[in-house]
Amino acid sequence: MPSGFSGGDTAFVLISAALVMLMTPGLAFFYGGMVRVKSALNMLAMSFIALGIVTVLWVLFGFSIAFGPDSFHGLIGDFSMLGMRHIGMNQLSGTIPVFAFAMFQLMFAVITPALISGAIADRAKFSAWAVFIAFWVTVVYFPVAHWVFYTDNGKGGWLVDHIGALDFAGGTAVHLNAGIAGLALALVLGKRVGFKKDPMRPHSLPLVMLGSGLLWFGWFGFNAGSALAANGLAGLAFTNTQVATAAAMIGWLIFERIKHGAFTTLGAASGAVAGLVGITPACAYISPLGAIALGLVCGALCAWAISLKYKLGFDDSLDVVGVHAVGGAVGALLIGLLATGGGGSTAKGLFYGGGFAQLGKQAIGVGSVGVYSFVLAWIIAKVIQKTMGFRVSEEVEIAGIDQAEHAESAYDFSAVGAALSKALSPSAPATPAKTSAAPAETKVDA
Amino acid sequence: MPEMKIITAVIKPHRLDDVKEALQSFGVHGLTVTEASGYGRQRGHTEVYRGAEYTVDLVPKVRVEVLTEDDDADSVIDVIVKSARTGKIGDGKVWSVPVETAVRVRTGERGPDAL
Repeated sequence: MPSGFSGGDTAFVLISAALVMLMTPGLAFFYGGMVRVKSALNMLAMSFIALGIVTVLWVLFGFSIAFGPDSFHGLIGDFSMLGMRHIGMNQLSGTIPVFAFAMFQLMFAVITPALISGAIADRAKFSAWAVFIAFWVTVVYFPVAHWVFYTDNGKGGWLVDHIGALDFAGGTAVHLNAGIAGLALALVLGKRVGFKKDPMRPHSLPLVMLGSGLLWFGWFGFNAGSALAANGLAGLAFTNTQVATAAAMIGWLIFERIKHGAFTTLGAASGAVAGLVGITPACAYISPLGAIALGLVCGALCAWAISLKYKLGFDDSLDVVGVHAVGGAVGALLIGLLATGGGGSTAKGLFYGGGFAQLGKQAIGVGSVGVYSFVLAWIIAKVIQKTMGFRVSEEVEIAGIDQAEHAESAYDFSAVGAALSKALSPSAPATPAKTSAAPAETKVDA
Repeated sequence: MPEMKIITAVIKPHRLDDVKEALQSFGVHGLTVTEASGYGRQRGHTEVYRGAEYTVDLVPKVRVEVLTEDDDADSVIDVIVKSARTGKIGDGKVWSVPVETAVRVRTGERGPDAL
């Protein structure tokens, strides 16, 4: 290996990449448990498909757009790494192979669009969703990752290198970005049938808890791994991730107990995720005590923010706006108050004698990513709606999207249900399933 | 004239084991149990999910059905009522209805012989 290579750093980043990969299935369960039985599979599939689409696009051009040398005022990378063709196996990015760096960053690009899916649960055509992911990551996530994450001695992304906005692991690029896109999609697609009228209880809170546990676990890769080295900075980021998440869970539960009179498991899971979101941008810049403050604020604020959709009348079904947009923005802005100057940056926040300078830079980061994401997501969604259509029909939505879009049912616990289903032929098309037309003697050995 | 009754009891799920045992020691040979949901005077309860409150009207219950000869019906009802009672609201109801006929599927026996 060339000089400068670190085996320890490489091992750490590869493992972190695998941890972050697991967050997308974790998110699928977190969301999947929250919807009703009839759309559980669709919710899982909306996250899983991101692993497919974004991975392929990342190799073809995504990595080059996001992390290629800057080609235009810090807005977009060049196209020198299209298809990952000219990357040598032993070529380094810092102390780790470029391939290790590229796979680590890929997992961020995968989970970001998956996060959006919660805003439009139960009602999006799967094909339209797949097309949305492809266009949105191409024109929004890849460039925004360049703005926020690509540093090159002052000649990298405009937010990180020109403005000096701090975002360690993606409070703006990932969470605010996804949350605001979710808002745009919820507005374009409209409300679920029966929103605010029919009960829409989560069908499996144990799945939600499982998902939030997997997210929490994977998030250590997300945040500590963003140090891109097995060093003290990774240790600080790891510590703050754990501390803020714990505090946010407590903050959410206290808010909930005061407002609604109960400590709910959904509140514990949601509070933990809100804390993970909030600490993401800040984990390398603040102290563990600062992380407690950030966590409590994020937990309580997000617990309040999820009520906005009922007041303002948009159906952000699984609270992507209330948790990810609000949590990401709050975490990014709090850097401007809580940055110690002793972590991953020498910039100090207001509470540490740095004045308002850093807070202003953070606000630019939050504002620019938020506005860009909203406008582009809205345009893409509108175009899809006008051309191929974005929503399933009302009948399909009421009957349950799983059957119409995936030709499957999530659960089969009923002996009666199993006895009523009849095998057609191994290669029969799933729809339309005309059981009456099938010859009675047709049998399939399972 | 029907010589049999079907006794239906809707009870709290956690009383099922006691009811089953009491019926067994009384000498009842068979019963049918189904999961049911419903409400009486106690109504339902409230649940909260991320701040959205839902009233859940239907409470989980268990429905027990027993076929008996006429002569045993009152005693069976007493056995069920005694073993299902907790004294709190929501303990459920028991009722009986005359049965025209009953057939044991395996043998074809009819009437009280089929019980």
